[in-house]
Amino acid sequence: MERALRILEGRIQRRAAFAGGLLVIDKTVPNIAAAVAEINDGMTVMVGGFGGSGAPLELIHALVDRSRRTGSPVNLTVVNNNAGNGSIGLAAMIAAGMVRKMICSFPRSSDPRAFTEKYLAGEIELELVPQGTLAERIRAGGAGIPAFYTPASYGTDIAKGKPVAQFDGKFYVQEPWLKADVALIKAELADTLGNLTYRKAARNFSPLMAAAASHTIVQASRVVSPGDIHPEAVITPGIYVDRVVEVPNAQQEEALIRQGVVYA
Amino acid sequence: MSGKLTNAQIAWRAAQDIEDGAYVNLGIGFPEMVARFQVPGRQSIFHTENGVLNFGEAPPPGEEDWDLINAGKKAITLRPGAAFFDHAESFAMVRGGHLDVAILGAYEVAENGDLANWSVGPKGVPAVGGAMDLVHGARRVAVVTDHVTKDGKPKLVKRCNLPLTGVGCVTRVYTSHAVIDIENQRFVLREKLPDMSVDELQAITGAPLVVPDKVGDLVAPEV
Repeated sequence: MERALRILEGRIQRRAAFAGGLLVIDKTVPNIAAAVAEINDGMTVMVGGFGGSGAPLELIHALVDRSRRTGSPVNLTVVNNNAGNGSIGLAAMIAAGMVRKMICSFPRSSDPRAFTEKYLAGEIELELVPQGTLAERIRAGGAGIPAFYTPASYGTDIAKGKPVAQFDGKFYVQEPWLKADVALIKAELADTLGNLTYRKAARNFSPLMAAAASHTIVQASRVVSPGDIHPEAVITPGIYVDRVVEVPNAQQEEALIRQGVVYA
Repeated sequence: MSGKLTNAQIAWRAAQDIEDGAYVNLGIGFPEMVARFQVPGRQSIFHTENGVLNFGEAPPPGEEDWDLINAGKKAITLRPGAAFFDHAESFAMVRGGHLDVAILGAYEVAENGDLANWSVGPKGVPAVGGAMDLVHGARRVAVVTDHVTKDGKPKLVKRCNLPLTGVGCVTRVYTSHAVIDIENQRFVLREKLPDMSVDELQAITGAPLVVPDKVGDLVAPEV
């Protein structure tokens, strides 16, 4: 507690803490390969981002590199709003045969071929979840709420087989929490304790996924010292974060797609 | 029957009903066009489900910031007083009844308010996005659509044949030929093209129209 307060009190206090040898938590890892080293076959991996906004491309590509080199990880279940675009990021992961199942709301994009081909060939499973339900299932997973009721999908094919209940005269569908072994997150700033900020609309699913995964891995455009992110500006508190790697000048998926970049 | 409304004119008509101060979500594609026709003197705040309130026009080509997009993954700009939030918060705004209006596209709308707008059947890759959430929670759920399909079949029907997006959720439909409210599970005609008879309109509508004493003229400027 004393340590935590000292961190909050800012730069001068923090230097004092360093001098006293009190500040020991440091979640940074030296490189991207080390950041994704603990992801294994068969895991459920949440990937932040909505389309290209917030997609952690460098973390994904590090995972693709490892899988191509060593044959692992494969057989992954991936949670993302979409199912990849073009030949980079999540699409490259799918094309590399690493993904057994996608849990998403909208497996379409300007170039969805990687997923579409595997899906139509029966080589990848799809669990289609309405977007708000997907977000709330992930939130519930991180918040320790095993199920909740939503009006979304009541009376539709998506609700078939799911428990239904009436509240105040209206029908609602029960949906279960969604948790993961790992989350891959793109942040703007991270401090060494894992407190995060995001850039513009890039936060989307990431704060929810950071909480819902047992092991949250973050690539941040800049890693700063504790206290350099004002406590009132923290979007994802560091309690949810396990690994931080600095990726300056991170690539933007949509920008690359428009340049026709292929990850090969 | 010469003067059926273009998509832009349908969007213009829908925009006339957006009250000052409204919080509005526009579905991706055609409904996004409604934002172009904000009534002068009224301010509405647009919500996009990926996590932005109070966004503005698209930026000029070359000035896109691809971290700043709408639900259709198009580049947007911010107006003063914009806010970012995560997806759970965004859909809390949707389901929690905080939006005044949601305007969506449709494959079919039924007289009982059922909407089908996400799937044309079992072929291909299914994708739902936020449509099933958006039809719940907004005070008004309106649809903008051509009155008939490309093959001339009615899109306003007795019961939807395509997979449903939501049950009993649509309150008003703006079409190329008419403005129709859904009340007590019936289509109630509010406005129609002036040079079209009720019989002509009924002939291209898949369920009976309730015709009140006063039916307005559906007239839109060239836009």
